[in-house]
Amino acid sequence: MSDTMKAFKDPFVINNPIAVQVLGICSALAVTTQIKPAFTMAVAVTAVMGLSNLTVSLLRKQIPNKIRIIIELTIISTLVILVDQILKAYAYDISRQLSVFVGLIITNCIVMGRAEAYALHNPPIPALMDGIGNGLGYGVILVIVAFFRELFGVGKLLGKEILTSSPDAWGYKHSGLMVVPTGAFVIISLIVWVHHNYTKKFED
Amino acid sequence: MLELALKAIFIENMIFALFLGMCSYLAVSKKVDTSVGMGCAVWFVTTVTCPASWLVSNYFLKPGEQNLIGQLFNKPDLDLTFLTFVSYIALIAAMVQFLEMFIEKISAKLYGSLGVFLPLIAVNCAILGGSLMMNDKGFTFPEAAMFGFSGGFGWLMAIVVFAAIREKMQYSNVPKGMRGLGIAFLTCGLMAMAFMGFMGIKFPEKKAEASENPVAIVEAVEVETVDVKAVEVKATEDSVEVKAAEIKVDAPVQGDK
Repeated sequence: MSDTMKAFKDPFVINNPIAVQVLGICSALAVTTQIKPAFTMAVAVTAVMGLSNLTVSLLRKQIPNKIRIIIELTIISTLVILVDQILKAYAYDISRQLSVFVGLIITNCIVMGRAEAYALHNPPIPALMDGIGNGLGYGVILVIVAFFRELFGVGKLLGKEILTSSPDAWGYKHSGLMVVPTGAFVIISLIVWVHHNYTKKFED
Repeated sequence: MLELALKAIFIENMIFALFLGMCSYLAVSKKVDTSVGMGCAVWFVTTVTCPASWLVSNYFLKPGEQNLIGQLFNKPDLDLTFLTFVSYIALIAAMVQFLEMFIEKISAKLYGSLGVFLPLIAVNCAILGGSLMMNDKGFTFPEAAMFGFSGGFGWLMAIVVFAAIREKMQYSNVPKGMRGLGIAFLTCGLMAMAFMGFMGIKFPEKKAEASENPVAIVEAVEVETVDVKAVEVKATEDSVEVKAAEIKVDAPVQGDK
């Protein structure tokens, strides 16, 4: 049981997919201008990861080693098609906003990476927990980045106005920098800085 | 066409504006040599896969007359677009495998420099992202080919420049926690900011053919320049309706006006 818990808990801080494993950066940067799409993306990735890890782990003894990558890709893309169709049916606006990035969950390296590194060698239940844990660990970073970008970029949180831009009254003005790609890069780099200082693991 | 190419290389650069292929971008950019290899491989593959996936999407997936599967079963409205992801990824994986074998046959030298990167590329989001992006924008075939070519080139340029900066950065004194990943992101951010400068490039707008509007009816004379501050443009099958604040037509008078 402790193995399962460890698989679930590690990805949050100690082995965070974005800050430590450097996986799945593309979508973390692209969908984080607002909290809502970031949250949707996090849920979508968590669902895909949990299920793909479970499936790969169930099939791990049947999958021939030589063609394992194409099999994993097929499993993942089938799951992503499901997620994409569900999003199109129930949350069309958000699915438009996420545009190609729903499809890009297929090549999101976390999903493949965890299937390769964990699910292929471990029983289904820990694999499932590992998938969900990694999905959530990734989602936490996504939501943090989106929080700062939405709050300082347009002064809103979940579409509600929090900070009003009033250059005359108290000199506060929304920063356009947060909305453009640069803002995403800078915020992630700051998160990595805080994270590395917290875990005391430094790269040379 | 040139406009599309410039847009794909500079304004909508795959890395700095669309964040495609970030993982391999960060992982393989520690040395200029390897980054050139990786960049060329990506360039090569997008050039091939973008038009190829256009063909797949138009002749196998989208509903309509041209759909070959629809023709086979005599169902012209067969819509297989929900299979887009799985068919693209299969196409890309197959293409990459094929390219690898092809390069190995024709040039051992090229294989030596690109070969190691090719398997990595099947799961690089720049490739799939490029194809999906192309799908989203509704390009024609030549446009899709151009988009693949120039998008890949933009990626190559971005990774080589970044690798050169990272090589230099080894000698600088970076705060402990920022070393490695943190400073890489920050550099990317600064480069993205530099690339934002390209957003200012304005391409000449396609001139609207204003042949009829409620204020004045302009006969089809040889018009030299039309200067329109358009408020609203509505186009139907045979006419263009322009609600404009100001229209200046500069034309040589031919006979009665």
